[in-house]
Amino acid sequence: MLEVKDLHVTVEGKEILKGLNLTVNPGEVHAIMGPNGAGKSTLSAVIAGNEGYEVTSGSITFEGQDVLEMEIEERAQAGLLLGFQYPVEIPGVKNVYLLKAALNAQREARGEGEMPAPEFMKLVREKMAFMKMDPSFLQRAVNEGFSGGEKKRNEILQMLVLQPKLAMLDEIDSGLDIDAMKVVAEGVNSLRDAERAILMVTHYQRLLEYIEPDYVHVLVDGRIVKSGDKHLAQELESRGYEWVTEESAA
Amino acid sequence: MSSAQAFLDRLEERISERQAASLPEPTWIAARRQAAAARFEALGFPTRRDEAWKYTDVRRIGEGDFALARDAAFSKAAAATLTLPIEAIRLTFVDGLFSAELSDLSALPSGATVEPLSQALADNHEAVGGALGRLSGVEFSPFAALNTAFTEEGAVIRLAPGTVVELPIILQFLSRANDAAVMSHPRVLIEAGARSQATVVEHYVGEADAANFTNVVGEVLLDRGAIVNHYKLQEAPLGDFHIASLHVDQGRDSRFTSFNINLGGALVRNDLVADLNAQGAEASYLGLFFAQGRQHVDNHTLVNHNAPLTFSNENYKGILGDRARGVFNGKVIVKRDSQKIEAYQSNANLLLSDRAEIDAKPELEIYADDVKCSHGTTTGQLDEDAVFALRTRGIDEQTARGLLTLAFAGEVMEQVSVDAIAERVERTVAGKLPERFNLAELVDASLNEVHDPGLGEA
Repeated sequence: MLEVKDLHVTVEGKEILKGLNLTVNPGEVHAIMGPNGAGKSTLSAVIAGNEGYEVTSGSITFEGQDVLEMEIEERAQAGLLLGFQYPVEIPGVKNVYLLKAALNAQREARGEGEMPAPEFMKLVREKMAFMKMDPSFLQRAVNEGFSGGEKKRNEILQMLVLQPKLAMLDEIDSGLDIDAMKVVAEGVNSLRDAERAILMVTHYQRLLEYIEPDYVHVLVDGRIVKSGDKHLAQELESRGYEWVTEESAA
Repeated sequence: MSSAQAFLDRLEERISERQAASLPEPTWIAARRQAAAARFEALGFPTRRDEAWKYTDVRRIGEGDFALARDAAFSKAAAATLTLPIEAIRLTFVDGLFSAELSDLSALPSGATVEPLSQALADNHEAVGGALGRLSGVEFSPFAALNTAFTEEGAVIRLAPGTVVELPIILQFLSRANDAAVMSHPRVLIEAGARSQATVVEHYVGEADAANFTNVVGEVLLDRGAIVNHYKLQEAPLGDFHIASLHVDQGRDSRFTSFNINLGGALVRNDLVADLNAQGAEASYLGLFFAQGRQHVDNHTLVNHNAPLTFSNENYKGILGDRARGVFNGKVIVKRDSQKIEAYQSNANLLLSDRAEIDAKPELEIYADDVKCSHGTTTGQLDEDAVFALRTRGIDEQTARGLLTLAFAGEVMEQVSVDAIAERVERTVAGKLPERFNLAELVDASLNEVHDPGLGEA
């Protein structure tokens, strides 16, 4: 589904990713962990199309398509969706409008017509209830004045409505208390199926207790230096990152 | 020959024409015409040396050659594509001349008079003469003098005390793509009796290739407790020159709201002046201007707090793209004895290109000591992080930028209650949008479903 090969990325002249390789298949949940500054967030930002990053070499393909050749919105329409660590506030643009415009843009790209309003409202209402969000959020401007937890729920709500093939979650657990984390995790888990994949970036093992990964990768200094199953996360939790760094240097 | 002289020559021609055609006119009009012409002759067109015209160069008007329209022919089908598609009381003017064919007064309630100025003068010129020109002297500006000199046509709206007009009264000014450019100098006179209420829309629109000059002067008198919502939707053809002044006189407890929306025109200048003359009078100025290409839009507003316990609130938003230029000058004057007044003003501008420009200047002159006043002006650009965030949800860049631009205008637009006007703005400002932006119906539907969870489950 997703193939990242020998990816090198620089930001303002500084190399952040230094030859990253990653393969994600349908149905899989991957977690990328690593110390601060390792480049964890860079990977998902580059896949989503953030223009602040320069890809100097390597490739990213999604279902056989060259992702780096696609416009930002084409990536989303193809089923790649990024949940932001710091969701942007968009004053004046109502949540309901964002959801409807986004859903219909994707349907249009797939050659489907717009979803009729009643059907759309029913869908959104269900997903909001699932995320324990008050319906009044629909009429509020996107993320404006939302608490940290509300912003993260809103990111997941967008995912539930848009149903991406590959959901990328950048530190979705940051700033969440345990109750909010459970709600967010339930939202993410409801996306799991044989056709879909999830790529999580996280600093802490805590999230992985609620969203159990099939694969855990350790990203150090721009490369994946170790991969394993969920037990690797537990090991990292108890031993820290240093031993992995040392092991990979050896 | 000065450029002003060419306009005065046109006036002479017109006066001779009227005499030749034995068109009678009241002596007071003839006298005012002469006085105004003399005033205009003395002043000439304003130049950038005049403080009030510092950022707006009107030479293109002064050096232009504008005839007066000869007829008001306009195909009904073509007019239908321009008109606001709502049920209304409607007066239509084509290049300044009244078109009975494109007007519809059938829904006019008793107690309200809506008629073309020419007819009001023919019926009872003395009734008009008392009010016309009371607020807008020829001293106001050379353009007001020029308008007064050419006064022939326009709209007169009179509301008897207590009259409530539910439907909007639309004054539609159509600009034609003529072989030779024309000018028009319409007057708008609105006299709102005590406790009367109405919504008046001045709508300027026309054929895409038109390049005419409109120079309008409006006067609004609000008696005690009257409520007038005044919309100006200026979407004149991009070759048109548009100069306007609106003068408002407010009595006790009256409420005047101006929605000043400017989307069209090559060179546009609006002056808006309200005098709050008695306790409880309240004026709201809401403005939105959107200019692209090389459009130039200048808004000068003035509120005179002439009495204690008067209130004004102003919010202007400007959006400028390409090499467009905008001017906002908002002035508030609080007289010495006008205690306990409140005056708030804000102006925010969005520049969509590096070459667009805005000159914004708020001015407060306060001579009373117990007042609440504030003002502020900001200028910025679209939030690129928000553009990116919307695109990562699959929304194309053009739509994303359109949405955010429209969202910027939101504070003003959410107060526009005439849907057809909101739609025009959305289409012009945001380009293509999948549907109505505010989605009022959709949100209503969602609320209904919340109140009645069973709905739609079957």
